[in-house]
Amino acid sequence: MSVPLIEHDRYLLVPIQSGLTDGELSELHAALLRWVTEQHPRGVVIDVALLDVLDAYAVRTLSDVGHWTRLCGAPTVIVGIRSELAQAMDRFGLAFQEVATAPNWAEGLKVLAGST
Amino acid sequence: MKMTGSEETLLPVSSDQDIIRARQKGRDLAAWADFTVVDQTLIATAISEIARNIVIYARRGTIVLTIEEESDRLGLVVIARDEGPGIRDVTQALRNHYTTSRGLGMGLPGARRVMDDFAIESKLGEGTRITMKKWRTKHLPVTDVTPP
Repeated sequence: MSVPLIEHDRYLLVPIQSGLTDGELSELHAALLRWVTEQHPRGVVIDVALLDVLDAYAVRTLSDVGHWTRLCGAPTVIVGIRSELAQAMDRFGLAFQEVATAPNWAEGLKVLAGST
Repeated sequence: MKMTGSEETLLPVSSDQDIIRARQKGRDLAAWADFTVVDQTLIATAISEIARNIVIYARRGTIVLTIEEESDRLGLVVIARDEGPGIRDVTQALRNHYTTSRGLGMGLPGARRVMDDFAIESKLGEGTRITMKKWRTKHLPVTDVTPP
């Protein structure tokens, strides 16, 4: 899988590098749940700035990641949603569930620091 | 990318890699045809949804991208074809949150909502053909603009 998982100050940072196939999204989902249950980070920040499309499958998968990491005590924040992707999500009637959003890494980490 | 109304891009769709390729080609064509960045994203996302439907329900099919030109407007046309099982109830398939496989049925209603034209022809046992179009008004040629 092409997505690096980076540990920083007990937070897990996940910079998605490009458009992901459904298979790669599922792998990322599995890898994140494994990391969270084994490493117990304080939270997860996923950067989607380089993602080409946020379609139903991607929004669902990321929301599901948020659901499970929250259950494990590590909330997820999605950062870097470009305005055209946000507008497209809205027009498609899609919304993230169980994840917070923030403009960038720094703000995402602030959200997580405030929620623990 | 050079492309006129008569040329078309034919994309085979049978894997999740093909879904990405199809939506990226769609975005490239929309950018080339000078659609706004938001429209490019809507088109790419709609292609992603219908390409995924092909892979899930029919396993393989094709997507054809072309530009249609009218006197005052320009359309990006997406035609998705497959020879899969067909859709039993098209009205139902276009309803929000309807799904029959892996909970991914958001695709069709979403694509219909964001595209300007959207039509489904489907026959059970024969396949499905979805035609969707996004239009933009033509920019005035610079020579037509008279200075005040």
